[in-house]
Amino acid sequence: MTVHHSLSADPAAQGGAERMTGAEMVVRALVDQGVDTLFGYPGGAVLPIYDALYRDEAQHGARLRHILVRHEQGAAHAAEGYARSTGKPGVVLVTSGPGATNTVTGIVDALMDSIPMVVLTGQAPTHLIGTDAFQECDTVGITRSCTKHNVLVKDVNKLADALHEAFQIATTGRPGPVLVDIPKDVQFATGNYRPKQPKGGYSHHYAPTLDGDARKIAEAVHLLAGARRPILYTGGGVINAGPDAARALRELAQMTGAPVTSTLMGLGAFPASDPQWLGMLGMHGSYEANQAMHDCDVMIAIGARFDDRVTGRLDAFSPRSKKVHIDIDPSSIGKIVRADIGIIGDAGHVLRAMIAAWRSAGFGEARSRLDPWWTQISAWRARKCFGYRQAGPLIKPQYAVERLWAAVKDLDPIITTEVGQHQMWAAQFMGFEAPNRWLTSGGLGTMGYGLPAAIGAQLAFPDRLVIDVAGDASIQMNIQELSTAVQYGAPVKVFILNNEWMGMVRQWQELLHEERYAHSYSAALPDFVKLAEAYGGVGIRAEKPEELDEAIAEMLRVDKPVLFDCRVERAENCLPMIPSGKAHNEMILPDFTGDLSTAIDASGRGLV
Amino acid sequence: MATKAKSGQGSAYFLDHAATAEERATYAVLVDNEAGVLHRVVGLFAARGYNIESLTVAETDHAAHTSRITIVTRGTPAALDQIRAQLEKMVCTRKVIDVGRDADSLERELALVKVRGTGAERMEALRISEIFRARVVDTSEESFVFEVSGAPSKIDKFEVLMRPLGLVEVARTGVLSFSRGV
Repeated sequence: MTVHHSLSADPAAQGGAERMTGAEMVVRALVDQGVDTLFGYPGGAVLPIYDALYRDEAQHGARLRHILVRHEQGAAHAAEGYARSTGKPGVVLVTSGPGATNTVTGIVDALMDSIPMVVLTGQAPTHLIGTDAFQECDTVGITRSCTKHNVLVKDVNKLADALHEAFQIATTGRPGPVLVDIPKDVQFATGNYRPKQPKGGYSHHYAPTLDGDARKIAEAVHLLAGARRPILYTGGGVINAGPDAARALRELAQMTGAPVTSTLMGLGAFPASDPQWLGMLGMHGSYEANQAMHDCDVMIAIGARFDDRVTGRLDAFSPRSKKVHIDIDPSSIGKIVRADIGIIGDAGHVLRAMIAAWRSAGFGEARSRLDPWWTQISAWRARKCFGYRQAGPLIKPQYAVERLWAAVKDLDPIITTEVGQHQMWAAQFMGFEAPNRWLTSGGLGTMGYGLPAAIGAQLAFPDRLVIDVAGDASIQMNIQELSTAVQYGAPVKVFILNNEWMGMVRQWQELLHEERYAHSYSAALPDFVKLAEAYGGVGIRAEKPEELDEAIAEMLRVDKPVLFDCRVERAENCLPMIPSGKAHNEMILPDFTGDLSTAIDASGRGLV
Repeated sequence: MATKAKSGQGSAYFLDHAATAEERATYAVLVDNEAGVLHRVVGLFAARGYNIESLTVAETDHAAHTSRITIVTRGTPAALDQIRAQLEKMVCTRKVIDVGRDADSLERELALVKVRGTGAERMEALRISEIFRARVVDTSEESFVFEVSGAPSKIDKFEVLMRPLGLVEVARTGVLSFSRGV
């Protein structure tokens, strides 16, 4: 780093460095980083960069595709959708002030869900910073606590390094959003462009640990080999670690015979059709997954962070198990639940090392030891925890999701969601076979995520089917992005479970507040069919169970963005559910006959 | 930020922070000396609800471009481990040294103490300052400003003794901490 600073201070010392403006450096750095798509919205403080993009396209063709969104929050979520579906970093380019602040929700979303993202923001010129200039805001101050790292670049000679370093930080270790704030005069200034540096070439000494401690891995494997009731509890870290981590997970599960459950973020890392798959765990997870977590004797947590939605009541969380926690973020280990063995490393690296350790210890595939455990799991499965009955003239939301999945599952679709009941039903009824097909806002729970994320994924995979499973409330939070979808010919399908309520809010009010439904009903909703048409898309409506399949088929035939207004039963609750403040083995199942309004006690009511 | 949870259950994994005694810890954090780095550290403590009892910061190595931030904090052992992990996670962090849980570590603080008085009280203040090896850095007909340095507990004591003698104002630097030996 000393080298870096002396070079910056003395540009003449940089042999062969190319001279260009700061704005040109931004374009050049993006190209050098292999970026092909960025999501943005122009404004006064980024005009030089937009001009550089324009000139780059004139000179080199559209090697860097800029997607003009309709709101900067949409840009951030679209970049997330692009990142989650491709595994590559999502890139956002916005102006200062409101442009920057509008991205904040997407930035926090990416931080919570560990999504690699680079956000470039324009800033007032350096001599005006601190004067309350037009569209000035303290972008790095505002985003300091919600980025993995951020920086305000005041010297054009440091810009190239800052940009390359942003990509390095965003994509390595536990991925996350990195923001680079670039004052307008720095964009105009001319300086030296320094290309991408090898590892250790930047000012920060950032070097995440990838390989786990061999001794601890051996201990973990011994623990697993001796287990009678093991479980693999996997999370988004397995997806972030890349496709080979998902393959390694399958191999380890196969070798050990252990059942596999996953967090919302980790769906797809393990194939849902595999007999060892228990389904998602947690608040709206499967009965068998939660019971197995509660009763297991050895838990291997891989790239999962014991979120409160997963653990339920902490003091009753998996009380009799030895816990191994594998995570690339050392601060995740021991944060919520004490780990008997904590292994810091990349999920893929550690899983591969566990497989090798299992083989070298000669453990083989002694499955009969686990027979009683599987017998117990079969009994839990027999409860059919996602059961519902499609009866009467109205479409049950579960039925709608099930029929949708039946129609599309063989097309290897990418599914995004908004946040709420529809999201949980999608997680329950859609069985993902591979990673990067399921894009949902888990940690932050951002309504309005799904449509822009779907557009981001669709632009990355123009030939794939991309569906946003939505609710009538969530979809309106970023509905303007339908216009983006139309402009770029991204034929995303928005499948709205329209119950006229904020369904999950309504459900909680029923359970926790004695059915006092405060402001959770939308007494006015747009006509989604006409709305789709107004934007230049196609609207489809289904109101009766018998017309659902044909309507879905029609949606799939349309090669344009579609808003599918699926009118569903209004008061349906999303079950099963671990009531807040309760343990994994205290789930409310769909055949619960008691009084739902008393299912959660006073201490549970205080939780979110 | 003690997490209240009901006891019982007999579970080994039962996190009952309230039942675990809080300890004091001092971390020396070596960070890249760049704009906003102090805000990052302070913001981390504020956002996660950790306490800061004392904080000092200054550039310590101009060539290496590093600053040393010394933070005195308090928490259960699990919370202290978490604080350390969160500090280490920051991209601008070079190293976190746990100096304070080592009972043997060196801790020094400097304070300026203004005492107002005349006659016997004034003489007593001067006498006590000699016992504490404090220096008089300013004097007027009815006041002294003492400069005193040492372990934080020594400065606390000095304050207590000066209070009845006309203590007016105290300014403290916060704790600097160092491990002994090499």
